[in-house]
Amino acid sequence: MNKLKTDIGVKLSEQKYNVDETSLTQGFLAVLKRDVVTAFRQRGDIINPVVFFLMVVTMMPLGISPESKALSFLAPGLLWVIALLATLLSLDSLFRSDYEDGSLEQLILSPQSLYFMSIGKVLSHWLTTGLPLTFVAPLLGVLLALPAEGYLPLLLSLLLGTITLSFVGAIGAALTVSLRKGGLLISLIIMPLYVPVLIFGASCVRMAVEGFSIGGPLAVLGAFCAAAIVLAPLAIAGALRMSVEA
Amino acid sequence: MNTSLVLLECIALACERDGRTLFEKLDLSISAGNVVQIEGPNGCGKTTFLRALTTLLPDYEGKIQWRGESIRRVRQAYLSNLLFIGHLPGVKNTLTPRENLAFLSSLHHQVGLSEIDAALAQVGLYGYEDMPGHQLSAGQLRRIALARLYLSRAQIWVLDEPYTAIDKQGVANLEALFVEHANQGGCVIMTSHQSPSIKQLQQVILQDYSPIHKDLKTKAGLG
Repeated sequence: MNKLKTDIGVKLSEQKYNVDETSLTQGFLAVLKRDVVTAFRQRGDIINPVVFFLMVVTMMPLGISPESKALSFLAPGLLWVIALLATLLSLDSLFRSDYEDGSLEQLILSPQSLYFMSIGKVLSHWLTTGLPLTFVAPLLGVLLALPAEGYLPLLLSLLLGTITLSFVGAIGAALTVSLRKGGLLISLIIMPLYVPVLIFGASCVRMAVEGFSIGGPLAVLGAFCAAAIVLAPLAIAGALRMSVEA
Repeated sequence: MNTSLVLLECIALACERDGRTLFEKLDLSISAGNVVQIEGPNGCGKTTFLRALTTLLPDYEGKIQWRGESIRRVRQAYLSNLLFIGHLPGVKNTLTPRENLAFLSSLHHQVGLSEIDAALAQVGLYGYEDMPGHQLSAGQLRRIALARLYLSRAQIWVLDEPYTAIDKQGVANLEALFVEHANQGGCVIMTSHQSPSIKQLQQVILQDYSPIHKDLKTKAGLG
């Protein structure tokens, strides 16, 4: 790429045509800002996953048993499973509106890096779904009689875990954006990839409740998170190109 | 400005979709200063041709060259010299015209607020700049996308049906803008079913390759 740029630089001076300044942050910031503003204008999109989370958790004591002993045993796993499903529900709309109004074409035709613009899109998705879910989770832990030692690990594991879920899920959303009914397909593509995150996330909380150190599972979640942030945008950018160019 | 400089060149371009030939043996060269209108009946491949020009459609045969280099090779540099406005304007109806325009133009280069307001005034949206998109009409939403033309530094404009939902005065303003852009050494490639009253307009007619006319030879070329 660098070599290409110098080639172009030489020709630029010869033939006088314009090459846009491309910076790594410009496209990223523009997309992030637009998506966060859009999400706050359509608050339903932010509230939906949180309401889903709240409703399912409040039904658990009614459906299983109101006894705190039974609930506290299930709480770590339940909270994680429901948070995961809430994220999954919100994924279908991630690129949908951009695809339908033509802004996805414009993103792809921008000289700015699509890799960083994808990060911007996913980050704004996380800020408006994963982050609210993370902060609501401890409150809902009270409803499921989560033991006191579990709260901080729940918060930390969801913080790292929901970032991973957003980035990995966005690959599925990008692959299915050009299909009219992509919702089910996203779940099928993404579910297997979500399993390791669920295992380590839930076990992080359970180990804390049982009095073990949570360093191990938390470190694995951190590694998942770092890998997802770096690698997933490559797949997202490729999948978006494929969906629009079809 | 050197107006004979060849910017875009299509060599033996052919495209087939679902077993149906949209165009083939299409040779076309577009120089700085040209305003080119692609014409043809509905479904004859005008949009497909434009999408091939913008790199959005990689699935074609033949070559498209920009300043003598294949656009696949110099994609990044080509894209910073290209402005494409398609059927879908890329405008969000939750955002105001000002926010929409700021976003769309920042995909190419940073633009100041005063420039954005000036561009909105040019397309007659001054006074609506802070109104959310869902309160604007279809024509006004398209005007937001067209306001990008006033902010663009790109040399090649590829416009798919730019006159859709635009009123008479708006069309006249656009035509004046196209002429000015061409005179400054740019080129405009557009599809339209109207016949624009632009002096240096060149028309390219895409043949209808529907099964009945399959024996017809392509006559695409500069009119």
